[in-house]
Amino acid sequence: MILYLVRRLLALAGVLLAIAAVTFLIFYVLPTDPAAAACGKTCSAERLADVRQYLGLDKPVWEQFADFLTGIFTGRTLGTGQFAVHCDFPCLGYSYENSLPVWNLLMDRLPVSASLAVGAAVLWLLLGLGAGVTAALRKDTATDKALMVGAVAAASLPVYFTSVMLIYGVIRVAGLLPYPSYQALTDDPLAWASNLLLPWTALALLYAAMYARQSRGSMIEAMAEPYIRTARAKGMPERTVVVKHGLRSGMTPILTIFGIDLGGLLAGAVITESIFGLPGIGRLFYGALVSSDQPVVLGVTLLAAFFIVVANLVVDLLYAVVDPRVRY
Amino acid sequence: MTTTASGAAPEAGPEAAPEAAPAGTPAKDVAPGSSPWQLARRELRRRPAVRVSLGVVLLFVLMALAAPWLSALGGWSPDEFDKAAIDPYLGGQPLGSLGGISPEHWLGVEPVTGRDLFARVVQGAQVSLLIAFAATAIVVLAGTAAGIAAGYFGGRTDAVLSRLMDLTMSFPSLIFMIAMLSVAKDVNRIVLMTSVIGLFGWPGVARVVRGQTLSLKHREYVDAARVGGASSWRILTRDILPGVSGPVIAYTTLLIPGMISTEAALSYLGVGVRPPTPSWGQMIAESVSFYETDPMYFVIPSVFLFLAVLAFTLLGDALRDILDPRGGRT
Repeated sequence: MILYLVRRLLALAGVLLAIAAVTFLIFYVLPTDPAAAACGKTCSAERLADVRQYLGLDKPVWEQFADFLTGIFTGRTLGTGQFAVHCDFPCLGYSYENSLPVWNLLMDRLPVSASLAVGAAVLWLLLGLGAGVTAALRKDTATDKALMVGAVAAASLPVYFTSVMLIYGVIRVAGLLPYPSYQALTDDPLAWASNLLLPWTALALLYAAMYARQSRGSMIEAMAEPYIRTARAKGMPERTVVVKHGLRSGMTPILTIFGIDLGGLLAGAVITESIFGLPGIGRLFYGALVSSDQPVVLGVTLLAAFFIVVANLVVDLLYAVVDPRVRY
Repeated sequence: MTTTASGAAPEAGPEAAPEAAPAGTPAKDVAPGSSPWQLARRELRRRPAVRVSLGVVLLFVLMALAAPWLSALGGWSPDEFDKAAIDPYLGGQPLGSLGGISPEHWLGVEPVTGRDLFARVVQGAQVSLLIAFAATAIVVLAGTAAGIAAGYFGGRTDAVLSRLMDLTMSFPSLIFMIAMLSVAKDVNRIVLMTSVIGLFGWPGVARVVRGQTLSLKHREYVDAARVGGASSWRILTRDILPGVSGPVIAYTTLLIPGMISTEAALSYLGVGVRPPTPSWGQMIAESVSFYETDPMYFVIPSVFLFLAVLAFTLLGDALRDILDPRGGRT
C-alpha cells in the first residue's frame, strides 16, 4: 500500500511536470508576445525591451521554465534592481493585468468554484444515483423507461441553455430567487446556498443524467451477480441486499467518473460561472484569456490539471474502501 | 476500465463514454447466422425511438450537405442583411410575431441585422457537423492506431503509448482547448477547432481498442496467421482490425454527440468559428442577450443543437447494444 502510494505520487509529479512544460511552451513561445500584453497599447520599443528583460523573456525558453519551476517550489525574485519583487512560495508569477500574485488570485476564487462544484456534485449524486438505482430495480417498467428518456434528454441540453432557462423561469418570471451573487459560506450559509441553488441545479441536471445512465447499467449488472442471490437466500431484507451488496459493488465505475468530473469542475466550470456571474476560477480564466494574461492562464491550467490528477489518485485509493475485492 | 473519455471536459456536454468492453467478439451471444445488419434491422423494428433518431440524424446530415441549396430555396443567403424585416425604431427587433417567422423568412430573422435564421441554422449545421465528424474521424483513426499498436506489440510500445494516454487524459481538456484556440489566430478556424478537439479525444478510443486487441492477439486464428509467416502489418489489418471494429463503431457513434457539444461550447465561449460563419453554439451565444425580447432567436439554434445531440446519443446507444453486447443490452 505504501509502496503503491509512493509510486503513484511520483507518477503524479511526473504528469504535472509534463503538463506544466506543455502549457509553458504553448503560451510562452507561441504567437502572442507577453511583454507587449504587459506593457500595454502605448508602448515604445525601448520600454518593450525593458519589460521583456524584467519578465525574463529575453532568456532562453528552458531557462524561463526552470525559473518558473523553482518559483513554484521555493519562491523567486522577479526583476532586478529597485524594481525587484519577491514572489513567495508557491510562486506562479504575477498577473500582467493587475500585478497581483497569480497564486493569491487563484486562492481567492477557489472557495467560489469549490462551493459550486461540491454543491452541484452532491445534488447530481442524489438525483443521478436515485434515478439510476430506481430505474435498475424497476427494469423494463414504465418508470424505468420514463427515467431513462428523461436522462438522455437532460444530458443533451447544453448547460448554457438550461442556465438561461433557469434564470428566466426562476428569477425573472417567478421572482423566487435573487440574481446569484456569491456569498461566503462562513458569512451566511443560507444566502450562500440560495445564491448557488440555480448554478447547482443547472450543472446537476446535466451530470445527474449521465450518472443515472451509468448507475442504472452497473446496478443491473451488480444485481445479477451470484452473491446477490446468496444474500437473498440467507433471508437478508431486500433493502440491505440492494444497499450493502448491490450498490456497493455497482458504485466502482461511478466512482471513477465522479473523480474525473469533480476534479475537472473545480477549475473548469467556465461556462456556468460566466453565465451566473460567479467570481470563480473559471471566470478568472476566461477574463485572463480575453486580456492575454498568460501567467493567470498558465496558473489556472496547472491548478486544473492538479485537481484532475489528485482526484484520480483519491478515486483509486477509494476503490479499496468501496470494493472489498480491490487490494493494493 | 470505464472513464469519461469525451473530447472535452464534461461541462462542455453530455458524456460520450460508452462502457469499454474488452472481452468477447462482437455479438457473440446471438444466434448463429445473425449478421450485424440483421441485428440492426431487428433492433430498429424493436425500438421506435431508434427509428426516429436515425431519421433525425439522416435529416441533419442531408441538411448539412445541402446547405447552400437549402438556403437558395429559402431565398436568403446566410450573410444577407434584410433591413425590411426588422423594426429600426424598436432596437432592430424582428417585425411580426415569433421572431419574424413569415413565408419570407421561414424561421424568422436575427434582430438588428435581419439575417435569415433558416439559412443561418442550415449553414450552422454544416459547420457544426463538419467539425464534429472531422474531429471524430481524427480521434477514431489515431485512437485505433495507438490502441492496436499498444495492445499488439506490448512491451515498450505499450508502456510509452499507455503513459501518453494517461497524460492526455490528465489534461484539463476544456480549459486547454479554450486556451489553445484563443492563442492561435489568423488560421482556418474550422481546421484548427477540428484538430484541437481531436487532440484530446483519442485516448478513450485507444483504451477500448487496446483491451480488445489484447484479447484477440492470442486467438488461434491469429497464431495461425503468425505461424504461416504473415507480416505484422497483415495480421494487424486483416485479423485484428476487423475484430475491434464493432466496439469502435459503437464508441464512435457515441463520441459524435460529445463532439457536437464541445464545438458548440467552444463557439459559445467565443473561441470557435469566427463570425460571420455561423455555428449553432455561436448563434446561441449571440442570441443569449436577446432571450427575453426575442425568445425564438435563442430557442431555434438551441433546439437544433439539442435534437442533434439527442438523436446521435440514442442512435449510439442502439448501436452499442447491437455491436457490443457486453456494454449494453442490460
